[in-house]
Amino acid sequence: MAAATGDKAKAWLLEASRIVKRFGGLVANDEVTLRVAPGEIHALLGENGAGKSTLVKIIYGSLQPNAGELIWKGEPVAIANPAAARDLGIGMVFQHFSLFEALTVAENIALALAGPYDLAALSERISRVSGEYGLPLVPSAVVADLSVGERQRIEIVRCLLQEPRLLIMDEPTAVLTPQEADQLFITLKRLAGEGCAVLYISHRLEEVKGLCHNATILRHGKVVAEVDPRKETANSLARLMVGGDVHAIKPSHADTAGSTLLCLNGLNLPADGPFGVALKDVHLNVHAGEVVAVAGVAGNGQGELFVALSGERTATPGDAIAMAGSPCAGLGINARRALGAAFVPEERLGHGAVPGFTLSQNVVLTRHSGKDGLATGAFVDYARATRLTEEISRKYDVRKGKPDPEARALSGGNLQKFVMGRELDREPKILIVNQPTWGVDAGAAALIRQALIDLARAGSAVLVISQDLDEIFEIADRIAVISRGELSDAEPAGAMTTERIGLLMAGAHEKARQPVAEAV
Amino acid sequence: MHAFVAIVLTIITASTPLLLAALGELVAERSGVLNLGVEGMMVMGAVCGFGAAHLTGSVGVGIIVAIIAGVVMSLLFGLLTLTLVTNQVATGLALTLLGLGLSGVIGESFVGQPGVKLASIHIPGLSDIPVIGPLVFSQDVLVYFSLALAAAVAWVLFATRAGLIIRAVGDSHASAHALGYNVIAVRYLCVMFGGACAGLAGGYLSLAYTPSWIENMTAGRGWIALALVVFASWRPARVVIGAYLFGTVMILGFYVQSLGLGIPSQFLSSLPYIVTVVALVVISGNRTLTRANTPAALAQPFVPDR
Amino acid sequence: MRLYLEKRPEHSGAMAIASPFIAVALTLVTGGIIFALLGFNPFSALYLYFIDPLTSLWSIEALLVKAGPLILIGVGLAVGYSANVWNIGAEGQLVAGAVAGSMFPVLFPAWQDPTVLPAILLMGILGGMAWASIPAFLKVRFGASEILSSLMLVYVAQLGLDWLVRGPWRDPKGFNFPKSVEFAGWQVLPVSPDGGVHLGIAFALIAAIVLAVVMAFMLKGFEIRVMGTTPRAGAFSGFSRSRTVWFSFLLSGGLAGLAGICEVAGPIGHLQPGISPGYGFTAIIVAFLGRLNPLGVVVAGLMLALSYLGGEGAQVALGISDKIAHVFQGILLFYILACDTLILYRIRLAIFGRAGARQ
Repeated sequence: MAAATGDKAKAWLLEASRIVKRFGGLVANDEVTLRVAPGEIHALLGENGAGKSTLVKIIYGSLQPNAGELIWKGEPVAIANPAAARDLGIGMVFQHFSLFEALTVAENIALALAGPYDLAALSERISRVSGEYGLPLVPSAVVADLSVGERQRIEIVRCLLQEPRLLIMDEPTAVLTPQEADQLFITLKRLAGEGCAVLYISHRLEEVKGLCHNATILRHGKVVAEVDPRKETANSLARLMVGGDVHAIKPSHADTAGSTLLCLNGLNLPADGPFGVALKDVHLNVHAGEVVAVAGVAGNGQGELFVALSGERTATPGDAIAMAGSPCAGLGINARRALGAAFVPEERLGHGAVPGFTLSQNVVLTRHSGKDGLATGAFVDYARATRLTEEISRKYDVRKGKPDPEARALSGGNLQKFVMGRELDREPKILIVNQPTWGVDAGAAALIRQALIDLARAGSAVLVISQDLDEIFEIADRIAVISRGELSDAEPAGAMTTERIGLLMAGAHEKARQPVAEAV
Repeated sequence: MHAFVAIVLTIITASTPLLLAALGELVAERSGVLNLGVEGMMVMGAVCGFGAAHLTGSVGVGIIVAIIAGVVMSLLFGLLTLTLVTNQVATGLALTLLGLGLSGVIGESFVGQPGVKLASIHIPGLSDIPVIGPLVFSQDVLVYFSLALAAAVAWVLFATRAGLIIRAVGDSHASAHALGYNVIAVRYLCVMFGGACAGLAGGYLSLAYTPSWIENMTAGRGWIALALVVFASWRPARVVIGAYLFGTVMILGFYVQSLGLGIPSQFLSSLPYIVTVVALVVISGNRTLTRANTPAALAQPFVPDR
Repeated sequence: MRLYLEKRPEHSGAMAIASPFIAVALTLVTGGIIFALLGFNPFSALYLYFIDPLTSLWSIEALLVKAGPLILIGVGLAVGYSANVWNIGAEGQLVAGAVAGSMFPVLFPAWQDPTVLPAILLMGILGGMAWASIPAFLKVRFGASEILSSLMLVYVAQLGLDWLVRGPWRDPKGFNFPKSVEFAGWQVLPVSPDGGVHLGIAFALIAAIVLAVVMAFMLKGFEIRVMGTTPRAGAFSGFSRSRTVWFSFLLSGGLAGLAGICEVAGPIGHLQPGISPGYGFTAIIVAFLGRLNPLGVVVAGLMLALSYLGGEGAQVALGISDKIAHVFQGILLFYILACDTLILYRIRLAIFGRAGARQ
């Protein structure tokens, strides 16, 4: 572990020294040491499950370490809870926001701040500070109406109002367009210039190289390196994170596209409730043998597109969606499965699988109907479901502990491999998947992405909805962008750049509107 | 005119227990807890309040005991649903069944006993004005209290930090917990408030409305109060309107019966229940309104991670 | 010092079986304490309640008579609750079934041949289903809470029955008592001479077995369990929430209606204002005590029927109010729910506050 400096007189802002944290038998943090200087943007790198979130939760007081100590401005401290962390001057912007949808921006921020309850004064401060730092907010807006990027601003401004000395950010750009991310970097650099340190968790190596002064790399709960990312390459950082060469995906782009297996022909779907996104005039063709990706930042209609494609919501007219040549927009999900389609939703627990059901019961979930189904009579063939579970677990390397555990006992990566495998096992002609490797460790992610490519090369049409641009560039032949329920034209991946995707995310493709009387 | 005044007076006293119970449940539900045991807490309040007043001769003691009975029942509910995270629907039903059974046992010796009635106030001069006097200035103390309580609940919920915390906990207990708020403690307090109000409402029935004890005298009012909260979209001002609306339906039914128009009494007695269903349908059918106002975490189990 | 829950990695199979027994044991202990506080010998009171009714043939028959409707309604409710559909109005569906089935004896007393009894029973089922279809429709079409609507309809059904037996259906030769004509001949459900056992218990056991098979082995049972825990996964599997709601209500309503008409055409023999001592509500407890499993419901129904009989017996022998049975039932339900927590969680006591524990 490279020592950052031998100068004992250097005043570290925060020193986490030999932190140990166990959850049952799992050692999430194993003698982790981290040092952050004032005004430093410090990256915390590691793949899913490396222990980054655990470490920062300890620093923020949400968790207590089993051993080790925290030293703040040279003095050992015990951070008992988030309020104590905030008193010290530590702020945190979580990856999953702690917001209240039914309340306004001002009310949300008031809940995070101590002091007398004066919404009017607070609203004024919010307007001022958010504007100053380039993250404008309307204090009276209801959170439910805001985009994901705007919600993140609430979290950030909430921290800024407390004048932090250390700001912890957990995967902040996962929910931002490239342009919004650039704006965020400007804000962070300004903060650093004012002497506020930033602890920046990410797995986006290019970003980290451009932004951070120092990086601590975790693997399996231990610190494996402390480097200056500006002097490293993305590859060397990746190798440090994963501990070996990253499995290279065989790109093998499709040379010729086959017949159109999935056709979206002007699909319109009204929003489902006051907080949903309407799909407007969506056109897309996916051919046999290719992988088409739909890129986009969360909250732009990805979920809506998925349920329209799967049949969980039906649409009119019937030929707005065609699978294997048959119009199916009005058909239910099992009718579409009978046409040869398979689906993998974003949420594996609660949508793709029932958490409290065993794996064999979860196989029945999507495989009961149809001529080869597990419930051809009225009875369910649980014996065959169990055999299928074994086959799927073997083929897709699902590590499960016991022969037939409950779905929620599996780790994210293993459950995702199982859910994928359950569908791939049917050799579907069309596969539609939403966020294939969200929250999944690198090994499982590589396996899943390769499986998607292999399925396409075997002649199926694969549609991948993803927020992860790195993943999209790895596996897609063509890329379309969804923004506010509208889909851009799918362009060949080779011709696409991050900039262009960013512009499309911001809506550059939205159809020009006719001049309307209201312009008066 | 005399009949009109008499009818309106009865409507007011009929509506007051509904208002009290519904306000309490509103606060509990705003914090995310669905307590279906209102009927059970109310009937326990009725029997304990009646018994205490009968044995001591004091209405004041009766009222206090009624409130305590409601709080104790609600604590039982809280212990199960908040500490042991049991299913809120099933536990609420259990509370109602227990309350109905227990009140039957406790009340056996009180059936037919004379009651102690909560007196109406009399403001010299004001109470003597025709029509307005009896209606506005001569109610019993709890009627005024119930209206003041509605105003207080509205103020606390929407203009104070405590109310903001309650609404936040009911919107997302995960976020509230992440911010460091003690979700369980907030919910216990709100559930106990609901219990106190339900107990008080029951006490009102047996001490002011019809000063007596009859088994199951709540006759479904607790359930109507639950429907009221939904009907009012969890807003205190609308609860007042709803409570008086239902009170009116109940009393008009009796009034029409007394007119001897040949309408079966059972039909008139069933009107409050039918109107409750209709009101529920009207409000629930407006999905936008419902989705926008229902506390998002209502009836969801919450276990804090450590 | 505080109590907190620690989630188990998987459901505890051992606790799933043990929890009803633990709940019963705790209820007995609590009951014993209550009896002692009331001045009775706890052991003799508990004996009277739970053992004595099993000691004579007559009372075993009475047990089956009381258990029949509890099991019949309980299995229907158990399936519905497994689907997260909360039919609380079984008592009203019982009344509606009784009224619908009584149509033939009241309006066509001359219809006397082997076909009339099946027709009566079938009408009973349909009447219960019809009454149950109201909350089902309101839930599916308007999203109205089925708990509140089904419960309100109980009061409406009871008032409707009251009107019928005091008004249009009152037996003109009945000395002004509020009751209908006595059912006679083929229109009566035969009961055994001493204990009054009738086909109701047979229907109950058949229903329990059929539903047990459905829940364990058939796709319908799979659908119910998925929709009850994870409706989004249910939609992903192609199941429809509306169909689940309709199925649950029609099933439990039909079974409740059958229970109602069996009571009226059997032990009671005519229609009258009070035809059920709260079977529809007690069946809710039966469903939970049976852990929402149809076979468990059979055992639970017998146990709760025992507590009814015991209550009557104890009232005669010791002068304890028979309403104590309701109290027992409520306490039992509380203990069942509390013990069920142990299936998913371990309960831990933190005696010393951890360093830096959250407030």
